Amino acid sequence: MEKRKIAVIGDPSSVMIFKAIGLDVFYEERKNQIEKRIHSLAGQGYAVIYITEKAAVLAQEAIELYATATFPAIIPIPSSEGVLGIGMKKLKSNVEKAVGADILFKEG
Amino acid sequence: MAVRVNPTRMELTRLKKRLTTAVRGHKLLKDKRDEMVRQFIIYIRRNYELRAEVEKAVENVSVRFSLAKAQMGALRISEALLYPARAAVYKVDERNVMSVDVPTIKYTGEEETTEIPYAFTFTSSALDSAVIDLSELLPKLLELAEVEKTCNLLADEIEKTRRRVNALEYVMIPEFKSSIKFITMKLEENDRASLVRLMKAKEMMAAAAAKADKDRMASAR
Repeated sequence: MEKRKIAVIGDPSSVMIFKAIGLDVFYEERKNQIEKRIHSLAGQGYAVIYITEKAAVLAQEAIELYATATFPAIIPIPSSEGVLGIGMKKLKSNVEKAVGADILFKEG
Repeated sequence: MAVRVNPTRMELTRLKKRLTTAVRGHKLLKDKRDEMVRQFIIYIRRNYELRAEVEKAVENVSVRFSLAKAQMGALRISEALLYPARAAVYKVDERNVMSVDVPTIKYTGEEETTEIPYAFTFTSSALDSAVIDLSELLPKLLELAEVEKTCNLLADEIEKTRRRVNALEYVMIPEFKSSIKFITMKLEENDRASLVRLMKAKEMMAAAAAKADKDRMASAR
């Protein structure tokens, strides 16, 4: 068992609240800043990085880079502007990758 | 045939051995794939539930947070949240699911998760409820991270394994089989050829002996 921390990346109005529950919050809104932040957090050994869907769209490549590593887990969460469906899309693409067809959530 | 092989007995034994290994490997990988898909479906269902729940809850919290921001002003609210609630440290570990290392995450702090890190004097009640809801959501958030990463890694591994299974099933094994067939046919053909040659030689020798006999008889008479 190792001790690690958890980070949140996004625009202030979406992620500031996460400070109240003790997560490390980073306000980044521009593509290269987000990417830089992801890399530096991964280097610092953060276990989980929650990232707003809005930011996740911008930093797609940086996120893909850590997709095959056990840590960090980069998890998209909705921003203050609502759910964009990025997380669900990723989930569906996982199903398609593993099973060959979207057999679970056909209705969605 | 794609691959030329030497039609020798040694090559045949070697190929047969490789074929048995390939067939065994194929069976094992196929079993691995089936089990991984089974596990994956369990995880992905959980992932779907969690994500739906978390997305809804986070959105809800966001709405109330913006409300609080509207009531209190951006400056006040960042002031209230400036001091972190607690030193959040999480215990993480790796767990093995079908030879894939997946993370497990546990919160190791005070049990009290609904603590509010600011004084109530200048803050709105919308902020309080948003913070409380978010703290209650934290275990779900952690589980989502765990399960979603597991699904990601499993999906990758399943894809890899499926490729291996298919490569063995549709390329390696048929190739070995056709090579083995080629060698056996060639060896049988060689056998037949030498047999025929022997028979022919024997026939010729017999004919020659008969002729010699006949000549001897003729000259003796």
